[in-house]
Amino acid sequence: MHVFADQANFDAYVSGFLWILKLTGAAAVLALLLGVLLAAFRVSPVPVLRGFGTAWVNIFRNTPLTLIIFFCYFGLFSTLGLSLADDLDLNNYWLGVVGLSVYTASFVCEAVRSGINTVPNGQAEAARAIGLTFFQTLRIVVLPQAGRAVVAPLGSVLIALCKNATIVGTIGLMESSSVMKDLINSNGDAVIAIFAVFAGTFAALLIPTGYFFGWLANRLAVKR
Amino acid sequence: MRIKRVAAVAAAATLALGMTACGGDDGDGSGSGSKGLVGKAQSQKKLVIGVKADQPGLGLQTGSTYEGFDVEIAKIIAKGLGVEAANIEWKTTVSANREPFIQQGTVDLVVATYTINDERKQKINFAGPYFIAGQDLLVKADSTLAGPEALDGKTVCSVTGSTPAKRIQQEHPKADLQQFDSYSKCLPLLENGKVDAVTTDDIILAGYAAQTQYVGKFKVVGKPFSSEPYGIGLKKDDKEGCEKVNEILKAAASDGTYKTAWDSTLGKSGKAAPELDTTKLTNCGSV
Repeated sequence: MHVFADQANFDAYVSGFLWILKLTGAAAVLALLLGVLLAAFRVSPVPVLRGFGTAWVNIFRNTPLTLIIFFCYFGLFSTLGLSLADDLDLNNYWLGVVGLSVYTASFVCEAVRSGINTVPNGQAEAARAIGLTFFQTLRIVVLPQAGRAVVAPLGSVLIALCKNATIVGTIGLMESSSVMKDLINSNGDAVIAIFAVFAGTFAALLIPTGYFFGWLANRLAVKR
Repeated sequence: MRIKRVAAVAAAATLALGMTACGGDDGDGSGSGSKGLVGKAQSQKKLVIGVKADQPGLGLQTGSTYEGFDVEIAKIIAKGLGVEAANIEWKTTVSANREPFIQQGTVDLVVATYTINDERKQKINFAGPYFIAGQDLLVKADSTLAGPEALDGKTVCSVTGSTPAKRIQQEHPKADLQQFDSYSKCLPLLENGKVDAVTTDDIILAGYAAQTQYVGKFKVVGKPFSSEPYGIGLKKDDKEGCEKVNEILKAAASDGTYKTAWDSTLGKSGKAAPELDTTKLTNCGSV
């Protein structure tokens, strides 16, 4: 444990996990908004929107996240000149958030769509029968029920997102896995201890998250 | 500590097994002579040598062959130990796994832009140095960036956790540091102006600048701000092997094979071969 007794190392460890939390937080919000919108596209009556939603899911769900993050850095920023912040770290952070969001949105979309499929057809038909438009049906009748059904799967998506956030380290953000590599590099005698601390921190963050979503899913489940 | 002890026991067991396996050759050599580098080269006539695979001019892998200055030095040493170049098994090493590879016996020697320092001497033994590099900056050919003191507010690219990156963080905290897992990712960014400089040892930078796709686009500033003696890594207790390697280096310096190795690799960039200062060779761990 002497590695973490050194203040500089400890600070690096803390800031590494702060970056992970910030990445997860921002990407979770964006991915949820984007994912619900995509799910709405995929069940909409407009063929162009359905096609767009399907294409998005198929492209981003089947591309390795590393490539997406790399594209955000080398494509959007380096080649196309899209700069999201003046500060170097913040720019890398936001590029990472963009990559994580578009990727995770495809998983959110599929989770929400599966939730929509759990709502009996009669509900939507009844809503149409009383004269609600497509968006009213979705907003007032279908999504509230679908949302309750997908709490548990969305929890899994969030947990995956948190772990995926380490990939942003490849474009130079000093998040936890880069910090870990760095510490291992300079403390070759404590490899197992360092690894255990980082893996343990992830477990300490994510195991309660899993239980929380399980509990929430149970509480919110639609009793049919 | 427990883990270390287990590892030591395992290593001892492996060594003992190795000795029984080739007992015919060194049945009487129960001393240190037979188990080290020299012993292995004599009895098995082959060596496993760790080199870099992604550093043009020093250690670069193309297909299954390796080429560069480090590779040539390794061949000279192997020859001096009586091992044909064809019997060398090359193994790719990266900065982070060089000590473990030597300690675990995955490789017999490491010749991989390996800076001799005290921290590493705790774990392994160094022969050499066969070259003295220095940290420098690679900039665009038309850049006016004059040296490390002009880096404030500029963006510098280097490898995560590397010695050059740490030196920038400590000595030039006002410079922005963009880190990647390899230097080759820095070069396209330097080309389109997203970073102002790439920093690592001058010799490595020269190797990148000499790559065909970048010829004429970059220049090395030429004001080294550190001294990085490149050594040859071997097992900590192999004093005999280390001394032998130093002898071979001395011979190579005097008979011109060192210069030939330079001229056929890094010398192509137009830089004249350096003098190998044989008075600076390590004492192989004897205090």
